[in-house]
Amino acid sequence: MSTKLRTALVPYLLSLPAALWLGIFFVLPILTILGVSLMTGNSIDGWTLTWNFSIFGDAISTYATQFGRSFLYGGISTAVALLTMYPVAYWIAFHGGRFKSVLLFLLLLPFFVSFVIRILAWQFILADDGIILGALKDVGLIPEDTHVLSTPFAVVAGLTYDALPFMLLPLYVALQRIDRTQVEGAADLYASASARFRTIILPLSAPGVYAGIVLVAITNIGDYLSASILGGPSTTMIGNIIQTQYVNNADYPIASALALILMVALMAAMAVYARVFGTRTLQEHVT
Amino acid sequence: MSGATAASGRRPRSLAGPLWKRAVLPTYVLIVLAITLVPIIVMIVYSLNEAPNGRLSFSWQGFTTEWYRHLFEIPDLTDALVTSLEIAALSTVIAVAIGTPAALALARYRFRGRATGDLVILADIAAPSVVVGASLLGLFVYLGVSRGFGTILIAHVAFNVAFVVIVLQARLRDIDPSLSEAARDLGSSPIQAFWLITIPVIYPAILSAALLAAALSIDDFIITSFVAGQTLTFPLWVYGSVKVGIPPQVFAMGTLIFAAGALIAVAGLFSARRSARQTA
Repeated sequence: MSTKLRTALVPYLLSLPAALWLGIFFVLPILTILGVSLMTGNSIDGWTLTWNFSIFGDAISTYATQFGRSFLYGGISTAVALLTMYPVAYWIAFHGGRFKSVLLFLLLLPFFVSFVIRILAWQFILADDGIILGALKDVGLIPEDTHVLSTPFAVVAGLTYDALPFMLLPLYVALQRIDRTQVEGAADLYASASARFRTIILPLSAPGVYAGIVLVAITNIGDYLSASILGGPSTTMIGNIIQTQYVNNADYPIASALALILMVALMAAMAVYARVFGTRTLQEHVT
Repeated sequence: MSGATAASGRRPRSLAGPLWKRAVLPTYVLIVLAITLVPIIVMIVYSLNEAPNGRLSFSWQGFTTEWYRHLFEIPDLTDALVTSLEIAALSTVIAVAIGTPAALALARYRFRGRATGDLVILADIAAPSVVVGASLLGLFVYLGVSRGFGTILIAHVAFNVAFVVIVLQARLRDIDPSLSEAARDLGSSPIQAFWLITIPVIYPAILSAALLAAALSIDDFIITSFVAGQTLTFPLWVYGSVKVGIPPQVFAMGTLIFAAGALIAVAGLFSARRSARQTA
């Protein structure tokens, strides 16, 4: 074998194990859910591919409410997390001084608490006789029958809380990168504080904003843990439906169709993002 | 802003600026920080709460360290924790072993398929967990693979590889490729250059990638819930106990996992700072 050919093969050999693993256990399954969703049958008699395309229409019409709810809860929690964390990231990046790393570390502490336990802790906080409501009821500030759990508010609160550190990181990285001399230059040219923010800081932090939005929105729209621990029957999200249909009911076609629809909807949003901002920025902010 | 004092004479300044910067925003940051810490404090406090019938109630029953002393009293929970730790360790080792060369290929070589590789890695990170979990279960069902430890491990490696590649790729782009080229010029083989130059240089990044992978694995709930079959990991066991009442040991274990993670991160931060000072 010539040296040139050998050198040309190197990158393929290096990436082969990972490519195989991701090819078989990530790409292939995603491709096959289309096939699975077009099958009919049951677990006992087996499944046959019947090209049952009507399943997509059925899936959308049956679960339109849950789809709508997922995008609504996901959207609200993403927006609230963004609006909450932007000023925080801004202040730490620009005025954090020697407290910068300590503050970042403390704000990222939820990363070290198990996901299920984080949500569970909110159940303790929001329960009818829990930390907040229990105390307020004891002093008679709110009526005995007040409850927060099982309401959309509780689910969105859980989703929002979970999103906070994931939103902070890309925002902080983007804001930290901004060249301070540009901001000072604008100040020297008599730009007011709000003009400096609108014309320099906000546009330059846009990649962080979009990376945060994409990461958090995808996670939250597809989430089902928050709805299942903090919510009730009226807050079921599409993730809950996919999970029950797949794992509990073994109705693979409908679950696959729902997963496929969810993925296509999210990919459409991602494609718009990639079109406008390029994939590199997202990649940079993930790290 | 260093030029502020010199410029303050001619620049129209509002009094709101400093107040906003010195009082309003810092107070706000502290409020957000407090909200961030509340669930963590709840976890720690309730891990020290008496629970007469072995299930946590919302009310405060009195201080006890019993749950830490009897941490492994519930065999199923202990088994689940052990499973989680085993899967975290194995999936981290495999993900680093196959992810490191892939990161090297993507960061250092131009080849057909590199863009596809980048896209797959990105998609793996960005894809919603329900879709990843559901589709993987679809494949296992289709192939008739029974679900359990093996399928959980496969799934965890599949999401960890992407994070390992992303972290290492970023580091590899920062370091000078001429280092290993120099080694090659001095007569070392590509394999020698890899082990003697590249690996030592990216070692800290490998370590942080491994820690991230282990943390993601221990934490994962959604993907695991699809492919676990009858096997329970720590998060799955905790989730299953929500309906019947949570034993206090759950919060005690949660607190210990939290403390271990935070300590490792602090140690990492300090060693990174020290090595940064050494190279500077």
